[in-house]
Amino acid sequence: MITAERKPMEEILEFVRPYSRILLVGCNECVTVCAAGGRKEVGILSAGLQMALMKEGKTLDVKEVTLERQCDPEYVEELVTYIDQADIILSMACGCGVQEIARRYKEKPVYPALNTKFMGASERQGIWAERCQGCGDCLLGITGGICPIARCSKRIMNGPCGGSTQGKCEISSDVDCVWQLIWDRLKALGMENRYEDIMAAKDWRSSRDGGPRKIIREDLAE
Amino acid sequence: MGDFEPVIVAFCCHYCAYTAADMAGSMRLNYPSNVNIVRVPCSGKIDVKHILRALQNGADGVYVAGCLEGDCHFKNGNVKAARRVAYAKKLLDEIGIGGDRVEMVTMSAGMGERFARTATDITEKIRALGPNPVKNALAKKRQS
Repeated sequence: MITAERKPMEEILEFVRPYSRILLVGCNECVTVCAAGGRKEVGILSAGLQMALMKEGKTLDVKEVTLERQCDPEYVEELVTYIDQADIILSMACGCGVQEIARRYKEKPVYPALNTKFMGASERQGIWAERCQGCGDCLLGITGGICPIARCSKRIMNGPCGGSTQGKCEISSDVDCVWQLIWDRLKALGMENRYEDIMAAKDWRSSRDGGPRKIIREDLAE
Repeated sequence: MGDFEPVIVAFCCHYCAYTAADMAGSMRLNYPSNVNIVRVPCSGKIDVKHILRALQNGADGVYVAGCLEGDCHFKNGNVKAARRVAYAKKLLDEIGIGGDRVEMVTMSAGMGERFARTATDITEKIRALGPNPVKNALAKKRQS
């Protein structure tokens, strides 16, 4: 999922202070799962913002809407009913959702209430960790299903480096050395020989280095 | 400030604090009428949102009363509630309402005396803190 965290309240308050009516939009997808921008968090932020402004002697009308997905035009279209009653839109989706709203509703300012962080997985309840950087050329098949691009601090392709100590990365004892994890996994699978293969320098053009990316499925595109 | 009577909302678990309130009654113990009890099936049912909404609608203080640690009828609802109260406190500090207005307390069903004492202590603490800062705006809004 795409993970995110709420911005500090003061930063969000700076966005909304000049206005009196906001449309606060959550998203039912990734940010609901990582407890950052689902229906519940929309309610919490709404109450928090209203109280903060009431304390300053102002009133804030908040219309709370949580869409099925903010990154899809057909769902963003649902906001058309509420848009006229709002001065601004405050989005609790990832950056994709914020931009989709900005693209559709050009006449209204849109502000993000979250900081989008990374593509990750739940390690356990309340803890999410980075797992994928979307490099565009997946090599998990040769690294035992563990990604050195997302999980090695240096994104090293033939690790480990000299900073690996007792299975931990030199940047912090809380960070596993991913190449240790890869080695342990290959060993468990009886595929140690794969570790000996030298991986060639990665072609980063499939990643962000090739500029903004797009997928076109001709069988689906209209 | 002298005649300020705080409005307190107490979210009480059915299996402990709510029964403890009943026990306090049976024991003829007095506790302040400022405390408005909301019975919940487990303190773990309470979310940050419920706490904030109570304050937004004019409560001066909120507390969540759950079972003693290890005694939750639903295993660990009380532990979850304590974490949510801690989150609410942090958020309330961030927006200047003050996290001190929210508390998590624990007790067993037989602790009528602790229920009455907690209700008194929290009422006095909120009385000392003064009215919830959003109350003025709320009064104006209701007038208009």
